[in-house]
Amino acid sequence: MEVPEQNKRRKEDQVNLLEIKNLHVTVAGCEILKGIDLEVNAGEVHSIMGPNGSGKSTLAQVLARRETFQVTAGEIVFGGKDLLAMKAEEAACEGVFMAFQYPVEIPGIGNTYFLRSALNAIRKYRGQEEMDAMDFLPMFRERLRLLEMDEKLMNRSVNEGFSGGEKKRNEILQMAVLEPKLAILDETDSGLDIDALRIVAKGVNAMRSSDRAMLVVTHYQRLLNHIVPDFVHVLVDGRIVRSGGPELALELEEKGYGWIEGEARATASVPA
Amino acid sequence: MTTAIEQIEMYLEQFTEFQRLSEGHTPRWLRKLREDAFALFCERGFPTTHDEDWRFTNVAAIARTPFALPPKNATPLVGSVLQPWLMKDAAIDLVFVDGQFVRELSVLPSLPGVSVSSLRQEFAKPPEALQLHLGRYLDTRRDPFCALNTAFAEDGAYVNFSRGVVLEAPIRLLFVSTASDVPIMIHPRNLLVFENESQATVIEEYVSLGSGPMLCNNATELIAGENATVSHYMIEREQREAFNISTLRIQQKRNSNTASHSLLLGGGLVRNNVHPVLAGEGGECLINGLFVGDGQQHLDNYMHVEHASPHCSSRQFYNGILDGHAHGVFHGRIVVHKNAQKTDAKQTNRNLLLSDDAQIDTKPQLEIYADDVKCTHGATIGQIEENALFYLRSRGIDERSARKLLLLAFASECLGRMKPGLARAHAERLIDAHLLTVSEHSPGHDGADLAQSGRERNWEEVG
Repeated sequence: MEVPEQNKRRKEDQVNLLEIKNLHVTVAGCEILKGIDLEVNAGEVHSIMGPNGSGKSTLAQVLARRETFQVTAGEIVFGGKDLLAMKAEEAACEGVFMAFQYPVEIPGIGNTYFLRSALNAIRKYRGQEEMDAMDFLPMFRERLRLLEMDEKLMNRSVNEGFSGGEKKRNEILQMAVLEPKLAILDETDSGLDIDALRIVAKGVNAMRSSDRAMLVVTHYQRLLNHIVPDFVHVLVDGRIVRSGGPELALELEEKGYGWIEGEARATASVPA
Repeated sequence: MTTAIEQIEMYLEQFTEFQRLSEGHTPRWLRKLREDAFALFCERGFPTTHDEDWRFTNVAAIARTPFALPPKNATPLVGSVLQPWLMKDAAIDLVFVDGQFVRELSVLPSLPGVSVSSLRQEFAKPPEALQLHLGRYLDTRRDPFCALNTAFAEDGAYVNFSRGVVLEAPIRLLFVSTASDVPIMIHPRNLLVFENESQATVIEEYVSLGSGPMLCNNATELIAGENATVSHYMIEREQREAFNISTLRIQQKRNSNTASHSLLLGGGLVRNNVHPVLAGEGGECLINGLFVGDGQQHLDNYMHVEHASPHCSSRQFYNGILDGHAHGVFHGRIVVHKNAQKTDAKQTNRNLLLSDDAQIDTKPQLEIYADDVKCTHGATIGQIEENALFYLRSRGIDERSARKLLLLAFASECLGRMKPGLARAHAERLIDAHLLTVSEHSPGHDGADLAQSGRERNWEEVG
C-alpha cells in the first residue's frame, strides 16, 4: 500500500476533513464496495480513478447520502461527525456537495429559484440569515461569469433542455454558489468537449482553497491535466488497490487499467 | 336505509313546497322550466355506476341522504367570517350564502357595459334577456343533476358584458355554505353572457363554514359571443363532507376563445362537468384543470367537448395529484359532429399517485363523425421521481420541502396555461398553500421501492 506516500505530502497542520474506514456497500444484495479506507484533509484534491464498474460512482453517491445504497460495514466521519447517520440534505448542509454524473432535469422549477432555495436551506441550517433576491443576484452573476454561462439559461427550469455541457457547467455553478467543504465531482468530464472541459476545470480550480477538499471521480486522465490532484487512488473491484501522486494518473493513461487489474487479482488470490 | 324511490318522493315534496312558496313572484316561463326539469329528474332518478357517464363515481351516498332546502330566515352572516376567502383585487365580488345572494357582503361597483346582479333580481325584470339563454344550453336530459338544478333554480349570478367591453380584473362569485343541523342542498345557477368581442374573467369559488354532509349542485351557462375571450375558473374548496356536483356548460360562437380552469382542492365527493360546445367556426377552447386529493376524497372530472363546427380547436389538460385513499377520475369525451371538419382536439391527463392506495381512472372517449379531423389523447400515471427528489435533497433542501417543490412543479403545468393576471395569482396562492398540507402528511417513500415502481406508465394514441 502506498499510504506513506500520502503522508509525505501532508503538512503537519492540515485538518482531517473526511475519514472513510473499512466501508462496505451493497446494492440490491450485490457487494460493490469491499472495504474502502481513505483520508482526505482540507485543502487537498484527491482523484478516484478506476475502470467502469469498479465502484467509483457508488462511493460518490454514498458520500452524498443516496439511500438506495446499503452500507453493511465501516464508517465515514466528516468534519468530526458521523456522515452515515445523516440524510442527504443534512450532509449537504454540513458541506458535502456532489456534482452529478447525470444531472436531473426538473421541469417546473426555475434554476435561480432552486439555487436560492438550496443556498437558503443551507444558511438556515447553519444559523445564518436567509439571502433575499437583492443580495443573491450579484453573487450569482459573478459565479455565472466564472462558468461562462448565459443568465437566460437560469430563467429556464432546472437543467431542462440543457446540452450535456451546460448541465455539467450548471453543476459546477451550483457548487460555486453553495461553497461546500467537500466537493465530489462524479465523472464530471464524461461527455464534455475540450472547451467545456476547460471551463469546468477553470470553475473547479477557482474553488480550490485551503479549507475545502475535493474528490474527483473519473475514468480518464484527461480531466486531471486541468485539475491537478494532490493524490490519485485507483479503485478496482470495490477496493483501493493503489495510491500515489499525479504521476500515477499518467501511468494509468499510458498503460490502461489492465495491468493494475491484473495486479489486483494477483494480490487478491494470495491467501492472507 | 331508504330506497331511491322514497327519496324521489322527498324531492317531490320539497319541489311542490318550493314552487308554492315562489308563487306570485316567479315568472310563468321559469315555473314551467322548473316543472319540465323536475319531470326529467323524476324520470331518470339519480345515476348509477351502470350509467357510462357515471361509471367511476357512485352517487348512492347523495341519493340516500335526505337533503333539505336551506331555511329562508337564517341569521345573517357577519362579514368578518368571510375573512379567509377575501379576494381584494377582484373587480366585482358577489357573495352567496347557502345559495342566496347577499348584497351587504358583496362588492358591486358599477362598471360601464358590465351588468352584474343576482338571478333572483333579474327574474323580477322583463324576461327577454334571461329567457333567451337560461336553460337553453344545459343538458337536463342527459344529466339528472342538471335537471335537479334547473328544477330548484332560484338564485345565482347573472353577468352580462356588452359588445366590445373588456375587463382585466376578474369577477368573483363566492358561494359559502354554512353549518347546519340537517343536511342542506343548494342549487346555485349562474348565467354568464359575453356579447361579441367582449373580454372577461370569472371565478366561481365554493367554500364552506362548518362541517357535515351537504350538497352543492351548481350549474353555469356561459355564452361566449363572436370573438369574445373568456376565462372561467372553478375553484372547489369545500369541506370534506360536502358533495359537490358542478356543471359548466359553455356555448361558443364564431371565433370565440374560452378557457375553463378547474381547481379541485376540497370537497368529499366532487363531480366536475365541463361541457363546451364549439358552435361557430374558428372557436378555440382550453379546458385546463388540477385536482389534488387525499384522505377519502373522490374527485371526478367529466369533460364533454362538442365540436359542432369546422375549424375549431380544443385542448384538454388535466393534472391530478392523489394521496391517501383518494380516488380521481378523468373522463374525457370528445364528440366531433359530422360537419365539424378540420377539428383539432387534444386531450392530456397526467397523474401523480403519492400512495399505494390512491387510485385514478382515466378514460378517453372519442366519437368522431367527421372525416378530416385530428384528435389525440394521452395519459400518464407516475410517482414523485426519486432521482429528482434526491437531486433537490443533495443540495440541502429537506425532504418535505423538496416534495412540495416537485408537487408545485407538477401543478405549475396547470398554472402555466392560465393567462398571467390576478386570477392566476389567486389560483397560485391557493395551490401553494394547499400543496404544503399535502407534502406535510405524505410519508417519505423507501427509495428502493420507488426505483422499482417509479417508472411512468403512459399511453398515447392518435386518431
